[in-house]
Amino acid sequence: MSSADTEPVEGFRLRARRWLKENLPPAGAASAGLTDEAVWRRARELQALLHAGGFAGICFPSAYGGLGLTREHQRAFNEEAAAYEMPVVLNIPDFSICAATLLDQGSEELKRRYIPRIISGEDVWCQFLSEPGGGSDLAGVITRAERDGGDWVVNGAKIWSSAAYAADYGLCLTRTNWDLTKHAGLTMFAMPTRVPGVTIRRIQMVDGSAEFCQVYFDDVRLPADSVVGAVDDGWTTASRQLFHERDSMGGGSPYISGTRMRPGTQGPRLLDIARRTGRPDDPVVRDELARVRIMDVVAEQVAGRIGAAIASGAMEPSAGSIPRLFAAERMWAQYDAAMRIAGAAAVTGSSADDAGLGQAGLRYLSRQGASLGGGSTEMARNIISERVLGMPREYAADRGVPYRDVKRGPN
Amino acid sequence: MDIGLTPDQRTFLAATRDFLDRTASGERLREQAEAGGFDRAWWSQAAELGWTAMAVPESLGGGTVSGEPVADLCLVAEELGRHRAPGPLLSTSAVLTGLVRSGDAHAEEIDKILTGEHLATWAVYRPDQGWAPLPDATTARPAPGGGYVVSGAADRVEYGDLADVLLVTARSPDGPVQVLVPRAAPGVTVAPTWSLDATRTFARVGLVDVAVTPAAVVHEGPDAEAAVEAQLLTAATLACAEMCGAVAAMFATTLTWMSDRYTFGRPLASYQALKHRMADDKTWYEACQATTWGAARALDSAADDAAELVGVAKAYVGDKAPEMLQDFVQLHGGLGVTWEHDLHLFLRRVLCDRALYGTPEEHRRRIAAIMAGRAA
Repeated sequence: MSSADTEPVEGFRLRARRWLKENLPPAGAASAGLTDEAVWRRARELQALLHAGGFAGICFPSAYGGLGLTREHQRAFNEEAAAYEMPVVLNIPDFSICAATLLDQGSEELKRRYIPRIISGEDVWCQFLSEPGGGSDLAGVITRAERDGGDWVVNGAKIWSSAAYAADYGLCLTRTNWDLTKHAGLTMFAMPTRVPGVTIRRIQMVDGSAEFCQVYFDDVRLPADSVVGAVDDGWTTASRQLFHERDSMGGGSPYISGTRMRPGTQGPRLLDIARRTGRPDDPVVRDELARVRIMDVVAEQVAGRIGAAIASGAMEPSAGSIPRLFAAERMWAQYDAAMRIAGAAAVTGSSADDAGLGQAGLRYLSRQGASLGGGSTEMARNIISERVLGMPREYAADRGVPYRDVKRGPN
Repeated sequence: MDIGLTPDQRTFLAATRDFLDRTASGERLREQAEAGGFDRAWWSQAAELGWTAMAVPESLGGGTVSGEPVADLCLVAEELGRHRAPGPLLSTSAVLTGLVRSGDAHAEEIDKILTGEHLATWAVYRPDQGWAPLPDATTARPAPGGGYVVSGAADRVEYGDLADVLLVTARSPDGPVQVLVPRAAPGVTVAPTWSLDATRTFARVGLVDVAVTPAAVVHEGPDAEAAVEAQLLTAATLACAEMCGAVAAMFATTLTWMSDRYTFGRPLASYQALKHRMADDKTWYEACQATTWGAARALDSAADDAAELVGVAKAYVGDKAPEMLQDFVQLHGGLGVTWEHDLHLFLRRVLCDRALYGTPEEHRRRIAAIMAGRAA
């Protein structure tokens, strides 16, 4: 990736520093209080601005509209961009999973058609993977795609699709051959979301957010060149998505620009809670603060270590489940500490419409989110024990059986 | 160990591992442990391999493998942990880290420690108390005509009973001082103490009106404070690397055991409940390695946040290593709590490394203070 004529990282950093100062507003102020839809509109505007300024798609190849630079360039840019309003909602899954997978698996034509529009902020992508009938058993999808003349016709339903309501396209995993075994008869499609037959419903979560969507497909018609990868080889593409998902959640993805998460999803501000509850000098509280700080630091360190090991070939990509599992433990540490530091104040607000310290309690309701999203921690433990440590695989009743013969629950 | 060692580091690591495989086998260790220490000739051989050279600049006869002294020392410490080998690497490295801060003022002593001719150790712990950088149990009274008269006591002095020279941290009316005291000096008493780690001995040192010449004064005032901190950070990082090595050894042993041990007609390794425990242990082990090397790199690059990163490593590894070893004990069943199985030797080593140079609790206090300072 690096060559003699690549711009040195420090020069790139200084150029980014100047550009950011002149072109982007400071973080925080502008996006506060925006509706969900407005957040996405604003993200597209910001991305278009970054693209025009020459700071979009830093690690994507220049053939597809990126800059073709290195992780070190991206890291330097992220450090410089930390203080500015960035379109961070586009990081996961749009850039770091969908575009990254298109890069791995898309035909040359698909890559040239779609990736530049993602980098410029014109198109936003989401994933249509999980289905209402099964969570961790991702390959057990029953959404079907059938040939009809030169087209494909898709019927079925998907769930846990992040921000599908704001997306233009979804990577949609379907079953195209029921005579093959579970993983063998799948095909991945690039599906536009704003076409007849696609219905998107937002799912209300326990903390009041509604980012996840349920998506229904009724005779959605797709042209033959919508296939990403090969027909009946959709699992290969899905596996790349899972890899990129782990990579982005674990902090190893080079395609994430700015901070990883949208501001509201970052950890609770524990020091603020400690001050507001009047306990910043309480030794018990200080121990809590230090414990969380330790988890924050080690989470970055373990992501860096495993990312480097995978990049150098010292570890298999399946080792990406290690930082994924660690990230979940870190979130537990954060949310649990917030509850303990907030104490009795965690269950009431400061006024009728301000949760105040009650935010700690509200966040705690979705504490398990980080242990479920992106593949549950149970699946991560299976992957680590079986693929990283080589321990025996779990028995599976659907192994080696045509998928039409596999037992399914009522749904 | 770190991802991406240099070729020279790999060669050095292989030589270190080979040396320990040959000289620190199970029976030999048990013999040495029962005799209460280690073979000085063995330590001289280790010194020839370069174990004592890393912390010392080339101008004073030392030198590193990679240009990164703490990283190189961590390679050794990890192998010591993996072999649960004896040897005064932590205390020697701490003392050298302090001495070299005074340039060539103590070149003669440094040279003796480098070759293994002298065994040096650090007397810093106030008896029975936790880590305190500036202990008040040992006092240094300025002597007429220069130097000090030192009185007091310290315990947890690593290999104090075998040492030739002590680096004593004390308090003078004008602030902290560090002085070199020969173990044989008048007024010095050294009494071996019980040690949980069978492969490492400790002593309690008593000092009664010990005369210290001006030439033997190593640091005074703010220099002493900074040196104590540097010594602590080096020793704490090496303790982390030792714990990583100990966990690595017993992780591998446990994984093999789980494949070989059958219950109800299938290997232990096939039970999902146990697989998930090993997945957690693997994750924590990699986290221990990552944070230990993060600390080592921060020290080697003199990073602004080195103190915090060492604290993070020592607190994290110090908490997790014993927890993982206890999990390995549990996975071994009753065998795990027998004297015959090596597990307890590693557990002893890890508990000792957890305790020395700042417990997790003490390092969390330091981290909280750093956080408060940053927020203020």
